[in-house]
Amino acid sequence: MGPLIPSEGLNLVIGLFLGMAFGFTLEQAGFSTSKKLVGMFYGYDFTVLRVFFTGGLVAMIGVVAFAHFGLLDMSLVYINPTYLWSAILGGLIMGLGFVIGGFCPGTGICAAAIGKIDGIIFVIGTIFGVVVFGEGYPLFEGIYWDKYLGNVQMNETLHISQGLFVFLFMAFGAVAFLLTQRIEEKVNGKPNPILQPKSRYIGFSIVILLLGLSAFIIPNPEDYKPAQVKNEIEQGYYQVEYITPDELALRLVNNDETIKIYDFRSLDEFQKLSLPNSVNLKIEDLFRKGGNKLISGDPQIKKIIIAKDNKSAIEAEEIIKQKGFKNLYVLQGGMQAFANDIIDFKMPVNMAGISPNLIATYTFRDNASKTIEQLIKDSKKSNVIVKDKKRVLGGC
Amino acid sequence: MSSKPKNYMNPYLAGVMLGLVLLATIYITGRGLGASGAMKSVEVGIVNAIAPNHTANTKFYQEYLQEHPNGIFNNWLVFEVIGVIIGAFLSGLVSNRLTFKLEHPEKVKSATRIVGAFVGGMFFGLGAQFARGCTSGAALSGMAVLSTGGIITMFCIFGGAYLFAYFFRKLWI
Repeated sequence: MGPLIPSEGLNLVIGLFLGMAFGFTLEQAGFSTSKKLVGMFYGYDFTVLRVFFTGGLVAMIGVVAFAHFGLLDMSLVYINPTYLWSAILGGLIMGLGFVIGGFCPGTGICAAAIGKIDGIIFVIGTIFGVVVFGEGYPLFEGIYWDKYLGNVQMNETLHISQGLFVFLFMAFGAVAFLLTQRIEEKVNGKPNPILQPKSRYIGFSIVILLLGLSAFIIPNPEDYKPAQVKNEIEQGYYQVEYITPDELALRLVNNDETIKIYDFRSLDEFQKLSLPNSVNLKIEDLFRKGGNKLISGDPQIKKIIIAKDNKSAIEAEEIIKQKGFKNLYVLQGGMQAFANDIIDFKMPVNMAGISPNLIATYTFRDNASKTIEQLIKDSKKSNVIVKDKKRVLGGC
Repeated sequence: MSSKPKNYMNPYLAGVMLGLVLLATIYITGRGLGASGAMKSVEVGIVNAIAPNHTANTKFYQEYLQEHPNGIFNNWLVFEVIGVIIGAFLSGLVSNRLTFKLEHPEKVKSATRIVGAFVGGMFFGLGAQFARGCTSGAALSGMAVLSTGGIITMFCIFGGAYLFAYFFRKLWI
């Protein structure tokens, strides 16, 4: 699952090569000449819109499709944070810079690289722009940090599904492409020969469209799996093996190394009370990058699933089982039962009339309660909490 | 030997290539492409070399130096932008577009173009600081990951350019 996130040094080398591909493409597209770049704003050349919007759409569809099919863990990908006012203000200032300077930073660098003096001057200008910001920072700071909305995505802001948003964006792009071609032909008084439709372009567009549609048809496992499993459980379509609190207590007391405990309760509850050598995780973790590695792949190991009650434990167990793991057991009654039966066990005061079997059980529980209390204390530090991994830091 | 510059690539094909490069970048590194960030590094590097006292005492530079403990230039965007320079140069080389000239419309004076390029660059550099990225880092990369801020910035860059285009038409047409 991506993002691959190579080690520090390798990442820089890869950055160099990705930058080369980026620069090569921009120059080939004609972004090294200001005439072509500002053409968009005067109606005679919409190359920028075509290249930029096509590029953005291809990447957007790719990212959404990759995430959808479990190839890209979006919780690790850098999503530009939204500070509303400075995003708007900065955009407008850049628009002004665009029509005055005829470049943007990336294209200015490309122009400079092939020897355009205006490109070199533009790049020097941008560096001075940063000086202006740096010196005026105390003045700008307020608006720069104001109206923070988080690493939010447009579909969340608009409260629509991601698929619908991407589709609307594609439709917007298609309309813009057709409309601007008409405008361009009108302004120039002649059709642009390279934009006449060719069958292979149409074919390619259809492939992209089908890829996009597939995301509508094939749902995302993270979205539908938990709900599907819940539904199956309600219908009774599940088979689960239980381990009783007594058996688990026995294994814990004997330091059984063939068991592993996976605890799906909240972090809070886990930190208050957790069994020796247990791992605290969330159902979402199973769908994240490295999710399959969180659970032991050894079929000999008994994997004991603990949650607050039977129902949520079975949900987790079924999802893990469907991922191909074997030898799974649900702690009967959840942590509540284990606490009642073992940890907080108190010998009844009046033992009269109790069968010898039950007395043996009670004695075991009484002893186990003390042993396990000690084990819990000793293991407090060695228990694993699956931490949320940090997003990659990106941006300019 | 001088031969004619080759035609530019079909814009939609170039767009698809650009999109695939960006997608590969996000898949491999978990972040998008950028440009203005490297200029910020250069700017901080220059100011830090000329006036280290100033960078040590100014909040903007203090924050930047704190965020880049491994050195000002030891930064992904700096390497990526060095790549952009090499890539664009190679593209110019294979398409016979390497020149050394100031490009401007015929009726616009060289001096006007020089001032325009500088002032325009300055605005762009300033705006990119506010928006936390430029056309590449905020608009294009932001669009790819559906970032609300990135998409708003994109519409503001192009919208702003249309808004101001009329007043600066003499620079171009």
